[in-house]
Amino acid sequence: MKAVLNYLRNLDRRILYGALIAGALLIPVIIRNDYWISALVLFGIWAILGLSLNIIVGYAGLFQLGHAAFWAVGAYTTAILNIYLKVPILVCMPISALVAAFFAILISRPILHLRGDYLCIVTIGFGEIVRLFLYNDPFKITGGVNGLRGIARPSIFGLEINTPTAYYYYVLFFVLITILAMQRLENSRLGRAWNYIREDELAAEAMGIDTVKAKLLAFALGAAWAGVAGNIYASRYTVIAPETFSFWNSVVMFCIVVLGGTGSIPGVFVGTAGMILLPELLRTILSSILEWRLLIFGIAMVAMMIFRPEGLWPHRRYRLELRREETSS
Amino acid sequence: MALLEVRNLTKSFGGLVAVNDVSFHVDEGEILSMIGPNGAGKTTIFNLITGVLPPDKGEIRFNGRNLVGLRPHQITELGIARTFQTIRLFPNLTVLENVMAGLHCRTKAGLWSSLFQTRVQQEEEKFIREKALEYVRFMGLEGLEFELAKNLPYGLQKRLEIARALATNPRILMLDEPAAGLNEQETSELMETITKLRDQGITIFLIEHDMKVVMGISERIIVLDNGYKIAEGTPEEIQNNPRVIEAYLGKEE
Repeated sequence: MKAVLNYLRNLDRRILYGALIAGALLIPVIIRNDYWISALVLFGIWAILGLSLNIIVGYAGLFQLGHAAFWAVGAYTTAILNIYLKVPILVCMPISALVAAFFAILISRPILHLRGDYLCIVTIGFGEIVRLFLYNDPFKITGGVNGLRGIARPSIFGLEINTPTAYYYYVLFFVLITILAMQRLENSRLGRAWNYIREDELAAEAMGIDTVKAKLLAFALGAAWAGVAGNIYASRYTVIAPETFSFWNSVVMFCIVVLGGTGSIPGVFVGTAGMILLPELLRTILSSILEWRLLIFGIAMVAMMIFRPEGLWPHRRYRLELRREETSS
Repeated sequence: MALLEVRNLTKSFGGLVAVNDVSFHVDEGEILSMIGPNGAGKTTIFNLITGVLPPDKGEIRFNGRNLVGLRPHQITELGIARTFQTIRLFPNLTVLENVMAGLHCRTKAGLWSSLFQTRVQQEEEKFIREKALEYVRFMGLEGLEFELAKNLPYGLQKRLEIARALATNPRILMLDEPAAGLNEQETSELMETITKLRDQGITIFLIEHDMKVVMGISERIIVLDNGYKIAEGTPEEIQNNPRVIEAYLGKEE
């Protein structure tokens, strides 16, 4: 296992990325099974959610256990704008991102000084508030328990995206953009500022980093990206309901980040495969396994924390940098 | 003119008055030491100046500007850098990344320029890297750029902390017990470094227990005891001050 991982890491990155993208492009041609392609679409949406939470949990080290709320804000913003006002899905996407970011700033500003478990509890509370708000529907726009149905499909230059395969490429496009953006952020002044805060907040502040601003930005950006995932989700299923955005799904997102290796982009994909794709795979093999899902997750989590606390594919930027430096000089 | 001026500074924690009506000043270009027994309030004064703690009373002026009420990062940006008594590096980041932290407040790339990797942002990244490397070399850490900070031996971690503070391009460098835990050779290297920094125009304000360091490099010394300033003067004056001797050795019966 270790040898394989090291081999993969040592390959020239560009060849590796090229091969991965080519492989991803060819999957629908090879698989030709709508069920599995749909599963991969879901995988992509969850990968985006994982990457968005990774900004907050992985880079900035802030515990956020209510991330599904921002996913919900994005999905409902799109649904409401599209159903009631007929705003095209792709126009809704940036609006969803902005609305989610707005809510993130609104709720995180007063709790930013909280640390660790305290922050965690407040975010759980917020997640539940959003879900219950959607459920009880005080303004009669969210559809209550039944949610909203009849959300349109996105269309690009008049071409409607409505088959699983079309959705596969649509989601793949956003996944790739997200990866690119995250990679750039990791190696930027802002990304480093988040890492400094994660490592030692007081020292970061003493070194001249506006920690309040940086943390707000992490929350806002993570939420915005989850809002985009919400937009994609809403148009993919055309129906959304409050139960999708439950606390359990916030936990799944958190597990995706921690399982794969906090702060690591490939780790998020490993985590998503483990949390989303694997249960799907098991279901086709043995349907009764679904009843055991929670137990299996629980055991897997405990085992992870004991045997591999750094995650399955931890962040390795430092060694890579070192190696690049050696070969270039 | 005094670069840093502290007037009637008072801070208490519950019933304990940690700093009691302390006034002093730091002149531009000097090396000033603050000494005193444990619990005298030295680190509290550092924390008050750098904005980590708010004072109960008193005034702190840097270059004529009032620092009270500013947040730590704003004070650093104005030109006051510090190290910590117990090392506070970013343990899981590399030596280079640690030093790059200091350059954060001297650069300005934001979210969008990072996402689109504009030319200005790319040039700034290069600048940050090169500047950081300069400080790494200055503190004798070359060859260790990509080591994780937590893997460095104690003496090098102390140097890295100074390198990181220097990267903020400070006018005053505040060192909290820089010689603590260093061996004799490391201590004399530290003294050389401090003198060199002063010669480059950086004002040094340090807390130190090692009397060899304090008496060897300081131009002036402030002595604190139980939150009060009990003496101020040149090394000779302090060494012969009966109140200082009493604070350190106790009263003769």
